[in-house]
Amino acid sequence: MKLLQCPMNGTRPISEFVFGGELRAMPNPETSTDKEWAAYVHNRNGAPGLKKEWWYHGPSGTWFIAERNTLTEEVLRTYLFGQETAA
Amino acid sequence: MPLRLLKFAFSKNHPAPRFFRALEQPKKSYDVVIIGGGGHGLAAAYYLAKDHGITNVAVLERGYIGGGNTGRNTTIVRSNYLTPEGVNFYDASVKIYEGLSEELDLNLFYSNRGHFTLAHTESAMHTMRWRAEVNKHVGVESRVVGPDEIAKACPQLDLSCSGHAPILGALYHAPGSIARHDGVAWGYARGADRQGAEIFQNTEVTGIDVQSGKVAGVHTSRGYIATKKVLSAVAGFTPRVTKMVGLDTPIVIHPLQACVTEPMKPWLNTILVSGSLHVYVSQSSRGELVMGSSLDPYEVHSTRSSLDFVEGLTSHMLDMFPFLSNVKIVRQWAGMADMTPDFAPIMGKTPVEGFYLDAGWGTWGFKATPISGKTMAETIANDRAPEMIHSFRLSRFEDYELTGEKGAASVGH
Repeated sequence: MKLLQCPMNGTRPISEFVFGGELRAMPNPETSTDKEWAAYVHNRNGAPGLKKEWWYHGPSGTWFIAERNTLTEEVLRTYLFGQETAA
Repeated sequence: MPLRLLKFAFSKNHPAPRFFRALEQPKKSYDVVIIGGGGHGLAAAYYLAKDHGITNVAVLERGYIGGGNTGRNTTIVRSNYLTPEGVNFYDASVKIYEGLSEELDLNLFYSNRGHFTLAHTESAMHTMRWRAEVNKHVGVESRVVGPDEIAKACPQLDLSCSGHAPILGALYHAPGSIARHDGVAWGYARGADRQGAEIFQNTEVTGIDVQSGKVAGVHTSRGYIATKKVLSAVAGFTPRVTKMVGLDTPIVIHPLQACVTEPMKPWLNTILVSGSLHVYVSQSSRGELVMGSSLDPYEVHSTRSSLDFVEGLTSHMLDMFPFLSNVKIVRQWAGMADMTPDFAPIMGKTPVEGFYLDAGWGTWGFKATPISGKTMAETIANDRAPEMIHSFRLSRFEDYELTGEKGAASVGH
């Protein structure tokens, strides 16, 4: 994976991007237990597979989502957060 | 040895010497099953037998022994960490390493070189002073040195780094050494095998049988094995194994790459590390420069290596050693580093009874091979982790008691 498709700027070299980790749902801090919150803060899904991830295009300051297979490094698609259905 | 050689010469049979038995099929059950035949797993098997008399042990390895991160690191052994817990732990490891060739009766080419962590900025100098004080306090030989002493130890080094990043000083760590990493795996394998442990290569664990919160056995590509105790020592495969028992951890996998040059006459005596330039380098007993850099910047579960890495690393190497411009890179490779958020390992018991974890070894596992084997063997034998690894327990994240080793990870990652 030497190139990545930014939903705003098109295909750009990977060196312009920063990896932001997997997209995760935040538990409600008001209702979650200390244990659940600690698990949210620290634990990650480290297993390989097709993941939805945050990526950042540095030069244009664009955060977006990439669907990527961490085993094969194939990127299935990229889109702005919340525009999954349009992509 | 000479007598054995003479006997061998006069004998009619000359079978290839084996380091461990070639066993066909695992038994139906074992007291302990160790997943992962790298240095850590094999050392645990060795110390289970030697220190605790537990010999009904199987080591299951998916590929061949020492073929994972044990054989992919840059072989540096040191203990100049940042936290007292870390310094104590790695110092105990260095002490075992120093006598390990003799103990295992195998030449590990353990070579004491001295280790310089170069500082190019005032803030890096601050961290070096901090590390030196912690090290001295715990009794480890580390001190801050100036550019003159670095130049004396390594006259070939361009102290201005081609004008980009002048060297202000360094943390000098006298016990810093290198060793033959595959030899460590093979030595522990032979030692464990001689005491009764059984090693199975090409044997993949496909599932772990957990019944009412307790380990009952493992499913493997060679059938089911019943056991009450499983040790996972699989580095980059850790999330796949913890998933089998439904355990969440903070571990994520990033590739860590390394490469070697063609062999040269010996000229580099010391081990040099530069956090700012993302380089660590030493010269092996074969004459190659062994070089590594920082982690790949995003999660990947494979051991592919990249041109980007070699380009970045060699340009920084040329800042330090401009005369190397005609030297060729002959090999490059990658390992899957199991990274933790506080740059300390995860060792000991887990909420699943009988499932022990030796993981989170990221970029710092090789140097800890002997002590992690020893302390994990103790944990398994007593079902209680020794005090030395208390700060590395999995539950430290739940307790918000992280160990904070980041300042001492060899290259700013």
